[in-house]
Amino acid sequence: MEISSKVLKKDDIAIFKLRELYRKYGYSQYKMSKFEEYDLYVRNKDFLVSDNIITFTDTDGKLMALKPDVTLSIIKNSRDEGNCVSKVYYNENVYRVSPGTHSYKEIMQTGLECIGAVDDYAVYEVLMLAAESLKSISEDFVLDISQLDIVSAVIDSLGLEPDAEREIIKCIGEKNTHGIEAVCTNAGVSPDTLVRLVTAYGNPENVIPTLREIVPESASYALDRLTEIVASLEKGGLRGKIKIDFSVINDMGYYNGFVFRGFINGLAAGVLSGGQYDNLMTKMGRKSRAIGFAVYLDMLERLGEDDGSFDVDAVLLYGENDKIDVLNDAISMLTSNGKSVMAQREVPEKIKYRQLLRLRENGVDILENNA
Amino acid sequence: MLNIALPKGRLGEKVYSMFERAGFECPSIKENNRKLIFENSECGVRYFWVKPSDVAIYVEKGAADIGVAGKDILLEYEPDVYELLDLDIGKCRMAVAAKRNFHDNPQKTLRVATKFTNITKNYYASVGRDIDIIHLNGSIEIAPILGLSDVIVDIVETGTTLRENDLEVYESIEPISARVIANKSSFKFKGEQTEAIVRSIREQMSEQKN
Repeated sequence: MEISSKVLKKDDIAIFKLRELYRKYGYSQYKMSKFEEYDLYVRNKDFLVSDNIITFTDTDGKLMALKPDVTLSIIKNSRDEGNCVSKVYYNENVYRVSPGTHSYKEIMQTGLECIGAVDDYAVYEVLMLAAESLKSISEDFVLDISQLDIVSAVIDSLGLEPDAEREIIKCIGEKNTHGIEAVCTNAGVSPDTLVRLVTAYGNPENVIPTLREIVPESASYALDRLTEIVASLEKGGLRGKIKIDFSVINDMGYYNGFVFRGFINGLAAGVLSGGQYDNLMTKMGRKSRAIGFAVYLDMLERLGEDDGSFDVDAVLLYGENDKIDVLNDAISMLTSNGKSVMAQREVPEKIKYRQLLRLRENGVDILENNA
Repeated sequence: MLNIALPKGRLGEKVYSMFERAGFECPSIKENNRKLIFENSECGVRYFWVKPSDVAIYVEKGAADIGVAGKDILLEYEPDVYELLDLDIGKCRMAVAAKRNFHDNPQKTLRVATKFTNITKNYYASVGRDIDIIHLNGSIEIAPILGLSDVIVDIVETGTTLRENDLEVYESIEPISARVIANKSSFKFKGEQTEAIVRSIREQMSEQKN
């Protein structure tokens, strides 16, 4: 039986496309249990988007949690392996508190992780797959890339107190230049370099020359890598879609190097988020390096025109004395034309239909036409 | 079309005139009627008036591409938005106020009445003081007078309301003013127009300073 694309929701279609994409580059699907020991999350609480976790006691008395995150589980089950990179993708439900309603929500998340001897090519491949993931959802997308080694080198060069540093990092994430100026003036240092870093965003060819002027020597290697990887991405047909933007700030306790966020025109928040998390690997006692990203598929239902304005193509009314066979023949005739039909004795409330039909002995009458 | 959320009220009118001088006028906004949405397709802008405390929500959720909100609202709700410009108007401060003869006894849990629970929590956590928050929606100044709380955390503009109720500022927490905020996603796709507005208002502000 062939499956009509009408049946699939936007996130279903996206899942199939993304799986296909990741498989093409040799990523294998990672399946996991819905539960994980609570301990794993307590030790890495700041890595999670929210502190709230659904917990329960297992039959043996162990405190368990419904997964709020997938990455930690994948790392937990990873091993350090020589010069190889383990490449996996996942498609799992996670349980988080939604910021708007303050209640738990099941969120479908797809993503991939590259764990092992992550080199420049692996970073390039993950960034490219992030961009291609966005492209498979909509052509109108932007992938913002930042390099945390550059950001921290610029901040370090100012020699600020930890409190002021935290404040500065927050301001960078908000593109808040007046905030940066206020903090720097308070600390008696010049805000110029930081302001230039924050206001340098957009197409790489415009941003990189500015970076060459302001990035300290200690981060010149990071800048070279950024330049090279971005150039390769652009060569691969992503020109105009890749932007450098240092306001992409992930927690520096866990992330380092490349971090990125993907946006789709029409969706109010970033739909893809990822980065290199070598620091988290170290915290979890691994020597390997790692990079990955997640796509928030639950947001896709907000995308584009709502073609679901009708619940059903036709409502077919029948009477008490109508024979089953007559009714069945009429429905078969209508559905064979690709229409969806709902048989009812009377018109149901709150159902939107294109056509209202009544069964007659020798066919159907059209009572109402809405489209 | 750039959707701009403005805070209803005097501050919003002041803000609109800054946008107008920046070249993004929408004459129909000055007609005295109850409409809430105004559009000028020539400049590519659509303004709408919303409750000041809701501006951040409109922008964060993408119903507005940019908006103007008080720093108090941004500190309280911590929306995930860009904060592009300090407009330097609507200036006041977030402060702790108490009765004139108030003495803070550190051995007792401090009872704080406020509309701004998040700001209050963050402030007292940063100074390491144990508190009890009493969330009120208005007439906060009454709380210490009636013994409902020891202090209040609220916005102080001139201090007149405090004085008239025999209260005074005990500590300042943070200066407040109106900020231009932008939705992070919209900024990627309508960045040029947003930046044109911000640049033009910034120039206007520096001209006024000189």
